[in-house]
Amino acid sequence: MPTIIVDEKSIEAKEGANLLETLLSAGLDVPYFCWHPAMGSIGACRQCAVIGYANDEDTRGRIVMSCMTPVMDGARFSVTEDKAASFRESVIENLMLNHPHDCPVCEEGGECHLQDMTVMVGHHDRQYEGLKTTFRNQYLGPFIGHEMNRCITCYRCVRYYQDYAGGHDLNAFGSRDRVFFGRAEPGVLDNEFAGNLIEVCPTGVFTDKTFSKHYTRKWDLQSAPTVCQGCSLGCNTYTSERYGEVRRVHNRYNHEVNGYFLCDRGRFGAQHVNSVNRVPQAGVRNEAGLYDPVNLEDALASASTLIENSKHLIGIGSPRASLEANEALRQLVGAKNYCNGMTDNEQKMHQILLDVLASDLNSPSLAEVEDYDAIIIVGEDVTNHAPRLALSIRQSVRQRASDLAKDSGIALWHDAAVRELAQNELSPLIILSPMADRLDDIAQESIRLAPAGIVDRVMQIASAADGSTPSSANEIAQLLINAKKPLIVSGTSLNSLDLLKAATNLAIAVTKHNPETGIFLCASESNSLGVCLLANDQSCEQMLKDKPTTAIVLENDIYQRFDHRVLESIEHLIVLTALDDETASRAEIVLPAGSFAEAQGTFINSEGRAQRSLAVFKSKGDVTPSYQLLTRLKGEAKRASHLQADLAASNEVFESIITCAPDESFRIAGSKIARMTHRSSGRTATAANISVRESRQPEDSESALAFTMEGNQQQAPVSLRAYTWSPRWNSNQSIHKFQSEVGGPDKTTVAKSILFHQRPALTPYPLSANTDEPQYVVGQHHIFGSDPISNEAEELASLAPTPYAKMNTATALSLGLIHRSGVKCHDVEMIVLIEDDVADGCLIYPLIRATSALAGAAPSDFITIDNWVTPENVNRESLITTDGTR
Amino acid sequence: MSSQPLTKNIIDHEGPTGFVRYEERGGYIAVRDTVGKLDPASVLEIIKDANLRGRGGAGFPTGMKWSFVPKPDGKGHRYLVANADEMEPGTFKDRLLMEQDPHQLIEGMILSAYTLSADVGYIFIRGEYHLAISRLKEAIEQAEASGYIGHRILGSEFSFKLHVHVSAGRYICGEETALLNSLEGKRATPRTKPPFPQVSGLWGRPTIVNNVETLCNITHIVTYGAEWFRALGRGTDGGTKLFGASGRVKHPGCWELPMGTPIREILEDCAGGMADGYQLKGFLPGGASTDFLTADHLDIPMEYETIMQAGSRMGTGTMIILDDRSCPVGMIANLEKFFARESCGFCTPCREGLPWVQQVLDKIEAGNGSLSDLDILDRQAIFIGAIGNTHCAHAPGAMEPLVSGMKYFRDDFISHIEHKMCPYSAKSEAR
Repeated sequence: MPTIIVDEKSIEAKEGANLLETLLSAGLDVPYFCWHPAMGSIGACRQCAVIGYANDEDTRGRIVMSCMTPVMDGARFSVTEDKAASFRESVIENLMLNHPHDCPVCEEGGECHLQDMTVMVGHHDRQYEGLKTTFRNQYLGPFIGHEMNRCITCYRCVRYYQDYAGGHDLNAFGSRDRVFFGRAEPGVLDNEFAGNLIEVCPTGVFTDKTFSKHYTRKWDLQSAPTVCQGCSLGCNTYTSERYGEVRRVHNRYNHEVNGYFLCDRGRFGAQHVNSVNRVPQAGVRNEAGLYDPVNLEDALASASTLIENSKHLIGIGSPRASLEANEALRQLVGAKNYCNGMTDNEQKMHQILLDVLASDLNSPSLAEVEDYDAIIIVGEDVTNHAPRLALSIRQSVRQRASDLAKDSGIALWHDAAVRELAQNELSPLIILSPMADRLDDIAQESIRLAPAGIVDRVMQIASAADGSTPSSANEIAQLLINAKKPLIVSGTSLNSLDLLKAATNLAIAVTKHNPETGIFLCASESNSLGVCLLANDQSCEQMLKDKPTTAIVLENDIYQRFDHRVLESIEHLIVLTALDDETASRAEIVLPAGSFAEAQGTFINSEGRAQRSLAVFKSKGDVTPSYQLLTRLKGEAKRASHLQADLAASNEVFESIITCAPDESFRIAGSKIARMTHRSSGRTATAANISVRESRQPEDSESALAFTMEGNQQQAPVSLRAYTWSPRWNSNQSIHKFQSEVGGPDKTTVAKSILFHQRPALTPYPLSANTDEPQYVVGQHHIFGSDPISNEAEELASLAPTPYAKMNTATALSLGLIHRSGVKCHDVEMIVLIEDDVADGCLIYPLIRATSALAGAAPSDFITIDNWVTPENVNRESLITTDGTR
Repeated sequence: MSSQPLTKNIIDHEGPTGFVRYEERGGYIAVRDTVGKLDPASVLEIIKDANLRGRGGAGFPTGMKWSFVPKPDGKGHRYLVANADEMEPGTFKDRLLMEQDPHQLIEGMILSAYTLSADVGYIFIRGEYHLAISRLKEAIEQAEASGYIGHRILGSEFSFKLHVHVSAGRYICGEETALLNSLEGKRATPRTKPPFPQVSGLWGRPTIVNNVETLCNITHIVTYGAEWFRALGRGTDGGTKLFGASGRVKHPGCWELPMGTPIREILEDCAGGMADGYQLKGFLPGGASTDFLTADHLDIPMEYETIMQAGSRMGTGTMIILDDRSCPVGMIANLEKFFARESCGFCTPCREGLPWVQQVLDKIEAGNGSLSDLDILDRQAIFIGAIGNTHCAHAPGAMEPLVSGMKYFRDDFISHIEHKMCPYSAKSEAR
């Protein structure tokens, strides 16, 4: 490790790091803008200037940009020297010439990196007398606001959007002091990760519109560490509240999972907590079939009576409810009457995921995916079904660029140079899918096949890779075997059990020759794997065959999930739900469940990682976390930690759900951890319009966090940290103060959270070649629209697709369908879209609420609608093409 | 053996030298004698030995620059680019060479490409040079038809394809790495060096970018040898140089003279001295981005080192003359307006700093300045002026006429502020 001397002090540097990273990792405050820990350096802003000395005799030194300076053993630098300090001040002074100083009305104010850096360099006196450059702002869609006048031209946005996230429609335009960052024309940003612009921008150019709608300063937000509920990846988030509303979601750095970035479903979907469809109080259906609002105690009493008198009771859990809530239900109804709320096929698919995680196959974390240099995606629509993984895959194909840069002696942080050298050289990515994939643009080969065709092709590849001498005839098999680290990606998005078996068999075959092989299988929902572990021998559909008469349903819209015929025996329905869904509308008793933001819960993600999500705020009125409703129904008063202990006692695999975060007894010097910032203003006066007496803050007996601004914050372990803040660093850039080194793990002990440690070998699943069916109906996931919960967020729902039936020309001809005509199936009306990038014989429809009746439909069920008028507002999502054009 | 090798084919009143006349006058002999016959490494030795220095402004030794190109790896193209984006204010030397003797540049490029094992060449040319563009294109066709350009040239292993690329028109495209980005179809933003274009240039491949005049010299060095070339200079630098003068001189123009020719000879013998009624107040020796020199410096020979010692740079060697009746503040304000407009917008000191400098200068010139404005200019000059403070040399170059102007003509700045007007406008009114 090189040692450098900075202002006469020795600092240990990491091999291959640049000077800025080294100084920040050493705890020094050096201002910067254009450098980003995940995106490297370009040297545009010149803010991180320090003095570099040529040798021991050099007393004058010269100004160097620390982000562009490699660290060499023995090199000497000064951060504090006057010349460097005054240069850094001049940078801010010049950046401020055109900055509007509109901090009081800017959403970034109070957590603005530009404010922090301005204060840091000490610039305060303004001498510029000229006019400021002004721009016209653009409409960029429902998520992101645009205020170009605030821009300091650091180029982070385009580098993130184009280079990191693979977007095409955000560019830098113009030159000199009139560089404009935006789209060629106003319109919705066409990238599933655009929301990160809000955090990437060091000032208030790109802002969160869903936050602006009910804006609150960062210091007035009450926050907690939460786990995203949008898919199975379990990205870490900070969810923030004021006045009982979720105001926004920010990225919560986890170096093994999501790093610095989230997808837009995760960032903007949590607004469902504020939905008008929330169930605010308990309801009991009267004789007229209408709901009488009742108080919670009465509803619980009625529910208890119903349970006591039931002939045959079943508890239907949920793969999107926490382990604690599912465990409470299991305890209430008894293990033999509990099922996890998944369909037969879902249960079987997730069992394969569990088998793989518990086997000797390598299961990488989301972050580790970026290290793989050859990837095959087996029928998984990553971008729409497990979005954040797509962003990781976009980085993994840059392995080739890293190799080239290393060969040419170019440091990997020298971002522009690495990209220039590598040009379009990418590590191989093979995509097998029935329809166009959003990763096609970086794929070496995209093969369009129907689901059964994919299974057959993967079996061929596996069989070529199998055996002592792999067949050289199969190029894909060779490519995987010869890679440094090959990765097989698959998942449940096509709802195909055989696909998961085939992908696993392929991983087993390739691992024989290449022990570095990894496999990443995407589960369906935020806790699919958790509940699958909870009840792995009793399938929900099996139990429903015994004709239960009373059902308690936990946060699960079973009338959307199951064929209604299997639910016919249920006469009495008790539903715990946060949202008024179809199942709630059929219930006898509805109990108002707390959303993820109002309840503690532990979730198992696709990597088999247990992660705790903590309540952000105390729920209003009778709204209560499900696990508390259920324990009260049982007549107990169990805390979340009791349920966690029960789970761990029931199955040793659950041990990590206790270790993944400290329980409610955790204290730092006797203090709990504050959810509010120490600068929170006016909290004591928020209810002054009702009473001038300061109301008591609610107690939190469930976690080590407190609903106050009192308590510790800075030393909280990462799993309990409610927000990121450090003195002088008010923005999210403060994260480096909590990292052991820039971009590294947290300084606090990272808790043990992975479930599986046994590593038995896995034998291939028996699979036979599929008899070729001529045609298939395939449901396609959509990042906006396919998840019923996030779809309750108004802005997100506005981007959901309208029903369509997509197929290639040959399929359309064989079915006699015409482009943009109307087609009907099971009462669902759709527009016909003919695109050539669809597998032969496949008819694709979007998996959204409006098309749920299409499950199990056959192509012959699609009938042309006579006299169909093409709707004018066919939603953009349904017209997406892979190159981003519409 | 001409003492003016670069312009020997440029004959007054006889029009441009076409293919036939170029060959008649000894053209392409160097290609025939070298390609496939001389080892590229030995050609490189000749260039190194000749001590040819880049004629685009920086004066970096060409042979040394070429020697940094790695050996061919067989993994793709290697590029040679002629920087013909001549946009430095007051500079018009490459235009003369390309319009009047296009084959000289082409032959120089063929020989350079052979030396560097480059298989693709580009002439990146300023869009306004439409005459040069059409003549170069025609010349390339003729060279191709005669087998000097193309696949396996003259039966050797060496192949070379040459393209003319017309610039969309930004001054910054003259910066070699911005030129490469522009050529790739990207924003014309300079790149950070290292890596140098020799290692990762056009499309990430080894690339050499040379000025037109530099490349034109190659043919003559290969033909007549390093010793001959070195002997052409009057001082330490070898060869001849196209020098020019514009402004209020009797005969503005461009002349090929030995390196080391004293400035006075260029100004008085070639340009005929100052126009009647005008005195010399100062001059920019090598284009707009060089420091002012004054009448005290007239006896300095035009050479890289001597001009540097005098506090300026030889740049392109084409002088802009400031006379005693033109306002130096107005001239500098005009130059800074140009540099501010031509900033690529990448780094802060250049993008934000230059427009501020321009605004302050405009204010002083308009008679609205104050003494504290001079402090702002001094501070901004320190902020912007040093190479390393900025992403490329554009903004430091822009500070050269300002800093030297404030040194030599400080009285003029103060008189603007004290009299709240431009004293030169008063003089012109008085006339």
